[in-house]
Amino acid sequence: MLRKFIVTIFILVCFVLQCSVFGALSFAGIVPNLMIILTSAFGFMRGEKEGLIIGFFCGLLSDVFYGDILGFYALILMYIGFLNGKFSRIFYPEDIKLPIALITVSDLSYGIICYIMQFLLRGRLDFPYYLGRIILPETIYTIIVTLFLYPLILKTNERLEAREKRRAQKFV
Amino acid sequence: MPSKYLLFILTFLCTVLMLITFGTNVFNRPLNTVLGYIIVPFEQGISRAGGWLSNRSEELSQIRSLLDENAALKEQLAALTEENTLLQQDKYELNKLRQLVKLDEQYGEYHKVGARIISRDSGNWYSTFIIDKGSDDGLCEDMNVIAGGGLVGRITSVGPNWARVTSIICDNSNVSGMTLATEDNLIVSGNLQLMADGVITFSQLVDSKNAVAEGDKIVTSDISDKYLPNILIGYIHTINRDTNNLTKSGYLTPAVDFEHLGEVLVITDLKQQVIEE
Repeated sequence: MLRKFIVTIFILVCFVLQCSVFGALSFAGIVPNLMIILTSAFGFMRGEKEGLIIGFFCGLLSDVFYGDILGFYALILMYIGFLNGKFSRIFYPEDIKLPIALITVSDLSYGIICYIMQFLLRGRLDFPYYLGRIILPETIYTIIVTLFLYPLILKTNERLEAREKRRAQKFV
Repeated sequence: MPSKYLLFILTFLCTVLMLITFGTNVFNRPLNTVLGYIIVPFEQGISRAGGWLSNRSEELSQIRSLLDENAALKEQLAALTEENTLLQQDKYELNKLRQLVKLDEQYGEYHKVGARIISRDSGNWYSTFIIDKGSDDGLCEDMNVIAGGGLVGRITSVGPNWARVTSIICDNSNVSGMTLATEDNLIVSGNLQLMADGVITFSQLVDSKNAVAEGDKIVTSDISDKYLPNILIGYIHTINRDTNNLTKSGYLTPAVDFEHLGEVLVITDLKQQVIEE
């Protein structure tokens, strides 16, 4: 219950930050993708199921406020969360390389999928331009933000897991 | 439940949602309302705090330049007052003439509501933003949004206390416009790639007399479905003849500075629609 509550708060705060504060802190009009960080981090920390559920809600939030059709971002982020969940077996909290690599790949693929579905299909063919102007800068900015946000998510998750373990032991 | 089944169910749900919302907007109403009440108050608070901070820092840095500007503006004011009296005389004359030819005041003042931008698109692909007024303030979809005398875009989604504005520089937006001087129709399309240089594209300009030149004003056309006529869109930047030798296309500079938008005006009059029977 507490976990659900805290994760909801995380999603809402990150969404609001991404839309308002980071809009003002943007470099050359590029904002980092906090939704990817959340989805991906909870995916490889907690497994496929949580990854896909969190991805779904993160995406749905973007859909309601900024999407033309409901379900588009929800679908993409849900699969990203699910696939990140596949890596939960080789995830260790001490290791920072795997999370950074996973978030990078997730954000790159998110950008490329967005480009293909929304721009390539409308005949905007200049992929190198969009890669250099939008996708790569977003990924780099996202990684920089990850360095600050990820430890916070990790610590919160460890606290929650420790608490859940204690409570489980009480009932044994 | 194993995650594979959950993934399958949610995938199915998303697909159905996409198909349904592609044509209708059944779900928009409740979702817009609920999420509006959760998210928008936070965003309003943050944007107000951010606005206050940036105002303070700007105040400090700008006092000196403001003094100079004040002096210059006073001179300008004197000149403008004189010009204004002349124009006022012209206006009386115009009104008299209008009454003579019994023209409706078609281009009279539109009703406007001011609104503050509280957040921007969560991604980097489109130029949409959220304003802090919604259906409670009498806004509804397709209302035109202007700022600084130029067209910003139109409302594409409405909640009780927020509304989403899709701007004309958005990559998937098209506006029917016309040149002010010659009344030639054209299509203005947003373009993400060109917006880096501060321009957007226009196309399908039939200019058989070669009368349209660079620097001409482009306004919204009379035949647009969604946009009210004669709102300034921008100025022609470059103009090229298409390979079909019949139409022209090119770039135009928007009249609005989209980088620094804070407040916008929403025109609460809607374009008159022809109801199909």
